[in-house]
Amino acid sequence: MAEQATFRIWRGSRGEGKFVNYTTPITSGMVVLDAVHGIQASDANDLAVRWNCKAGKCGSCSAEINGKPRLMCMTRLNTLDLTEPVTVEPMQTFPHVKDLVTDVSWNFAVKKKIQKFTPRAADAADGTWRVKQADVDRPQEFRKCIECFLCQDVCHVLRDHHLHDEFAGPRFFVYAANLEMNPIDSGDRVKAIKEDLGIGYCNITKCCTKVCPEEIKITDNAIIPLKERVVDDFFDPLGGLIKIFR
Amino acid sequence: MSSIDVPLTKRGFGVTSRKDNWWVEPLVVFLGYMSFVVYATWAGMAGNNYLYTGGGADYLSPMYSPLLTETAPSWWPAFLPFSAAMLILPFPGGFRFTCYYYRGAYYKAFWADPISCSVGEPRNAYRGEKKFPLVFQNIHRYFLYFAIIFVFILLYDGYRALWFTGADGQKHFGIGVGSLVLILNPILLGMYTFGCHSFRHLIGGIKDVISASPARKAAYDCVSCLNRNHMKWAWISMFFVGFADLYVRMCAMGVWTDWRIL
Repeated sequence: MAEQATFRIWRGSRGEGKFVNYTTPITSGMVVLDAVHGIQASDANDLAVRWNCKAGKCGSCSAEINGKPRLMCMTRLNTLDLTEPVTVEPMQTFPHVKDLVTDVSWNFAVKKKIQKFTPRAADAADGTWRVKQADVDRPQEFRKCIECFLCQDVCHVLRDHHLHDEFAGPRFFVYAANLEMNPIDSGDRVKAIKEDLGIGYCNITKCCTKVCPEEIKITDNAIIPLKERVVDDFFDPLGGLIKIFR
Repeated sequence: MSSIDVPLTKRGFGVTSRKDNWWVEPLVVFLGYMSFVVYATWAGMAGNNYLYTGGGADYLSPMYSPLLTETAPSWWPAFLPFSAAMLILPFPGGFRFTCYYYRGAYYKAFWADPISCSVGEPRNAYRGEKKFPLVFQNIHRYFLYFAIIFVFILLYDGYRALWFTGADGQKHFGIGVGSLVLILNPILLGMYTFGCHSFRHLIGGIKDVISASPARKAAYDCVSCLNRNHMKWAWISMFFVGFADLYVRMCAMGVWTDWRIL
């Protein structure tokens, strides 16, 4: 590994700015966030970067490294070509604040639109439920989500078409799937998933799955099963007929 | 357009900060699909050499199976050239066209929507699968029903390919290379068809409590297992259908010799 590497970092605020090259010493085992902190300490004290756990669990240090949405703390330098500058940019899908920081608060507003966990009556007198592991395997995968919003960033419906008002994005289909497939939940969100969350805009590019640092199979295990539930209720007259006579 | 305060920095078509060869995958998908579509269209329109009976064999091309009629039915439009495959191909074609894997792949490779992840797109307007015409992708499960029937029909064709008419006019068990091709073909198609996302939903995904029926749970796990490699089976089965047709065609044309193993 080279002893120094150059990072091409986006500097500016509110979407205005430019790339600035910084060369910084590197050592074995470093990740991009380490290098950014090195640059912040030595060359750019005012460089804005959001981070917290440095362990890939808080979802704070989301950025675009060489054009790919990734967590800075989980991107090891030995996986990058350091013979040329490494590009580090803020996420493109959210309002820019400063340097590598974006305002992701839109996501929290979207989350409020989704019907909360609505448990059915308890199974036991002490107010608890009995569920089998086989029935919670699916929702448990979705609970790995750390809300880094990289899937939202890479989704072209938001990124390129800016349909934020009509489309909730992959993160919230994972969230909705977690609730919809929960064996205790009694809520019915299918109509909202179709109409309010706009699942029909998803055209299954699987970009969200590719960038998920928790390796959640977002498209196959959350979005497509929800699309199928929408088909059940809105696009399957034969299935509807069978339900009537069953 | 969104009301969110996003700096709308529209990136032009193909503009990206990615440094990898992102264009390779859509190019390979484009060339792969196009080569199959061109071959299947030609083979389906040809209307000949779909049946090989040399050496007593009974090999029927999967693109013409089931062989409903060899002549145009009375309702067939006169201006349209007829081939028996034209009554068949819309069903497996529709199944693949509306398949979740294929959709994602051809939206990228043919529509550039997007051409690759985090790469600029050529168009501003976007309707997704929410509105006409792509809202019709939701009929995928109806094509699945036909696709399942076709798997069993092709399995029967594979069985028929094991019986050869002898000099005595009777059917005798035998195995030719073509028999193996026509048996392997529905197996590969089955791996693709029974790993379908819609099938996965219908077989068990529709239920929140799946443990209530162990049989359903086992079926769901099995389909999920196939589903994890849906892309792989989609490609393998697609090209093998083309190869099976080519094999029968080449034998029927006398270009290839069907080797008898047994």
